[in-house]
Amino acid sequence: MRVLIAKPGLDGHDRGAKVVAHALRDAGIEVIYSGLKRTPAEIVQEAVQEDVDVVGLSILSGAHLLLARRVLDGLRAQDASDIAVVVGGTIPPRDVEPLKELGVRDVFPMGTPLPEIVKAFRRAERQGSREGGEG
Amino acid sequence: MKELKTHAGFPIAPAYGPEDLAGVDFERDIGRPGEYPFTRGIHKHMYRERLWTMRQYIGFGTPEETNERFKYLMAHGQDALNVAFDLPTQLGLDSDDPKAEGEVGRVGMAVDTLADMEAAFAGIPLDRVSVSLTINGMAAPITAMYYAVAEKQGAAPERVVTTPQNDILKEFIARGTWIYPVDPSLRLVADLIEFSARRYPRSNPVSVCGYHIREAGCTTAQEMAYGLAIAAAYVELMLTRGMAVDDFAPRISFNFTAWGKIFEEVAKFRAGRRLYARMLRERFGASNPRSWMFRSLIGGGGSAFAVQEPENNIVRGAYIALAGALAGAQTMALPTYDEAYTIPSPKAQLIALRTMQICAEESGAADTADPLAGSYYVEALTTAMEKQIVDELGRVERMGGIVEAVKSGAIQAEVARQAYLYEQRMATGEVPKVAVNCHVGDQPVEADRDVELYSFDPRTTEAQLAKLARIRAQRDNGVVNATLDRLTDEARGRQNLLEPIMEAVKAYATLGEMAQAMRRVFGEHQEAVKL
Repeated sequence: MRVLIAKPGLDGHDRGAKVVAHALRDAGIEVIYSGLKRTPAEIVQEAVQEDVDVVGLSILSGAHLLLARRVLDGLRAQDASDIAVVVGGTIPPRDVEPLKELGVRDVFPMGTPLPEIVKAFRRAERQGSREGGEG
Repeated sequence: MKELKTHAGFPIAPAYGPEDLAGVDFERDIGRPGEYPFTRGIHKHMYRERLWTMRQYIGFGTPEETNERFKYLMAHGQDALNVAFDLPTQLGLDSDDPKAEGEVGRVGMAVDTLADMEAAFAGIPLDRVSVSLTINGMAAPITAMYYAVAEKQGAAPERVVTTPQNDILKEFIARGTWIYPVDPSLRLVADLIEFSARRYPRSNPVSVCGYHIREAGCTTAQEMAYGLAIAAAYVELMLTRGMAVDDFAPRISFNFTAWGKIFEEVAKFRAGRRLYARMLRERFGASNPRSWMFRSLIGGGGSAFAVQEPENNIVRGAYIALAGALAGAQTMALPTYDEAYTIPSPKAQLIALRTMQICAEESGAADTADPLAGSYYVEALTTAMEKQIVDELGRVERMGGIVEAVKSGAIQAEVARQAYLYEQRMATGEVPKVAVNCHVGDQPVEADRDVELYSFDPRTTEAQLAKLARIRAQRDNGVVNATLDRLTDEARGRQNLLEPIMEAVKAYATLGEMAQAMRRVFGEHQEAVKL
């Protein structure tokens, strides 16, 4: 299984993104980390190019609804809607449902335990669509 | 008996006694408050003569909205300001830049031109109020705007007290608002320090921040070690420009955190002051005692707080204030209890301010200088912390020094590693957090909705965009372009860029235009992504 952890937008806080990346890697998942300040278009391109199962967006600026929508639209436009998108960061509880309505598979607001996050990524693995199996 | 460790990683004994002070020389290592090496604080009488400054971090929406909140806090006894800027401003993007979409006025106030800084400080006399500007990559243009507003208000330069953060190295390590590559970024830091030292003698043109690095996950000892290493890098930078150390060192200030174990935090600051004083005096040859003083804002970080049962954060804030007072803070700022949910509400801000005031006026923590001095525990911790900080400084040296370690990404990787280790210690319960991993309540997090959520108003963006369009239409674009061309030209050379920046600011050039004028020469930083 292969995932992309990405920081869209302008927010420079990457502690959460890096901690999640470490935890996924320790769980045997292949992790690509985008680095800071990626545009939604860049994230979509990298996700498609690297053929990942899941894109994890980490957003602490409050702009999560807009940025998640841009990434989901971008994946759809590339015919890559089978790549799941999950979102973590400072997401107020009231925004969890709206994010899911946009098509976000799972949302990890502040305080979500790491094992739950790892499990959610596992659940989002695509079934039998790629060669090579576990990465 | 359960083994306990400090955040720095060394063991804590169940009791301490005189035998733990072996090797400590009172006169040499501890001394008296206000005397070298300032272990016990930088002033002789500490808070009996002057209480710490209370400076909550605030800024959101338009400059006009932020101006109202400034006045609200000042009406309740806050004596200084600490301005938060939105991300486009911090990154040198105008509000109408496509990359700014959705982020205008979101995590701080939006600034496009001098007109915005004029609005933010309307009715606030800049020759009497001291203002911190939490700005780094764009510190030079934003501080130039601030100086221009002060000038328009008629404030004498020698009465202007401002502290632009201007600490770009920690942005590369932790906070991420870098723009240009490391070397030109350092040049801008030095340009602002030099310009301010010459023209605005009471400004503090750099605030070296361990705070954000700790928030990103490093240990207490690393927070102090990295801060000291960064300060040393800036001192060296100014010396290579031919400035004498005593011409700028007295105005270097610091910004550190004090959440966690109270006694360890106090020891961290006592050890840090001692190390800084020795470094400035012995290594850099400073002879003005003010150059030896580690003057610090001490605050808390959001990472001290929890999203579960948010009211508990008010109690955590009180302990942070106590630690800051016992540690000898010059300035204090506390996170607000609702910080994990939202931009702070006025009520949450007022509670944070009241927490500091109660600590100052009622608790007795401010009654005498360094009240923990002589405690077997605190003195032993101070010695142990000093040793650990020195060890960490040695590790930075082995990475090639702080600037090289930042360029290679080695220091960022170490901070991320520590963040993950900390997360694991939380998961096992080794680091206890009430209502998070011990004494957990039966209410799910979603139930904790007793927090007034800030509603981001899309009209904020519209108002900001309309104002920017108006300024672009009203100003003399020929003059603006000439000032921007000059800025690009001088960026190619080695002159101090504050002069051309000031000229562009006064012509109402936008922040994005000034950033771009320099980007043409400097290029953009490429992050060394390491996990």
